[in-house]
Amino acid sequence: MWMRASMTGDAGAYRQLPVSLAPHVRAVARSQCRSLGAPESEAEDLVQEVLLTIHLKRGTWDQWGPIGPWVAAITRNKLIDVLRRRGRHITVPIEDVVDSLQAEDLTPELSTRDIDTLLEHLKPQQREIVRSISLNGNSIRETADQLQMTEGAVRVTLHRALKALAVFYRSSVREDR
Amino acid sequence: MKTDDLIQLLVKDSAPWRFRSVLAAAVVGGIIIAAILFFAEIGFRPDISEAVKSNRFLFKFVVTISLAVTAIWVTLSVGRPGGSLAHRGLALSIAPALLTCALVVELLVLPESQWMPHLVGHNARLCLTLIPLLSVGPLACLLAALREGAPSSPGLAGAVAGLAASGIAATFYAANCTDDSALFVMTWYPMATLIVTTAGYLVGRKLLRW
Repeated sequence: MWMRASMTGDAGAYRQLPVSLAPHVRAVARSQCRSLGAPESEAEDLVQEVLLTIHLKRGTWDQWGPIGPWVAAITRNKLIDVLRRRGRHITVPIEDVVDSLQAEDLTPELSTRDIDTLLEHLKPQQREIVRSISLNGNSIRETADQLQMTEGAVRVTLHRALKALAVFYRSSVREDR
Repeated sequence: MKTDDLIQLLVKDSAPWRFRSVLAAAVVGGIIIAAILFFAEIGFRPDISEAVKSNRFLFKFVVTISLAVTAIWVTLSVGRPGGSLAHRGLALSIAPALLTCALVVELLVLPESQWMPHLVGHNARLCLTLIPLLSVGPLACLLAALREGAPSSPGLAGAVAGLAASGIAATFYAANCTDDSALFVMTWYPMATLIVTTAGYLVGRKLLRW
């Protein structure tokens, strides 16, 4: 229901989407990392990448379809992508992903990635807005007032920043490990 | 970065959008580009007013439009996470099936001596160049839309987009082409479609990863 509501722009309902999906995604990521012998600290990177992807690709969810397989497909795709980047070739049966979606809640952890390294890849204005909203917990309006921008401009910049982050997650990080 | 911080960012960026609408816009954009190219540079065949009375001429559009419609419909499916040909792929056989029926009828009504001349036709080279040319715009629009989507198989999504683009392009080209025999259509149109579909596959495999 909240996913459907979020599609019509109800921000209050949308707030619950990443929050309620995070534990599931985390459970999948940890169990997969464990079974593949990857350090569990990498799991949180994967969790963030999946949540960001789910957010950016939310328009591809078919309103009349169940959300579980859609989330599982995105998670599986990202997982394979990560493994490919690590130079392994393993196929992940979709059933595994669906099964572990029911797994228990796990507490969040810090990603191994340093926030500053991550933000370095953004343009200065994007960086300020990301800092203001995520680290200082400001709303769009407070951020707009602080930076003397319109709310619309803040929204557009935030959206571009998230797209840039997704590209960055996808391209570089794990290659240097 | 804490995952909670990231979630903070995500919930603030909550403008809704739908893949379906993005794809629909791409289809409209692609048709407009192909139409501009067609009416500016190619145009109807000279005997168009006579041609519209011929069933052979009209049936070409039945085939090309059904290819476009089914392939666009399948694109909507393969452009989503977890989408595959298993869901809607069978629809892609409609256009070839229609064309095969027309071919059987054509072989029954045409004397055998006429088969080769009708197959070779007069416009084979035009068919092989104009359909790919007309499909460039639609294919570009569809691939751009698919980049907003999340195809589980980028190559497949690109190829299906190529089919859809050829369907749009062939619909325009069929109004210019004077070869209406199913023998001609069955031989040359699929060849042109194959070119576009292969291009869609190759570009999609590179461009549609996410």
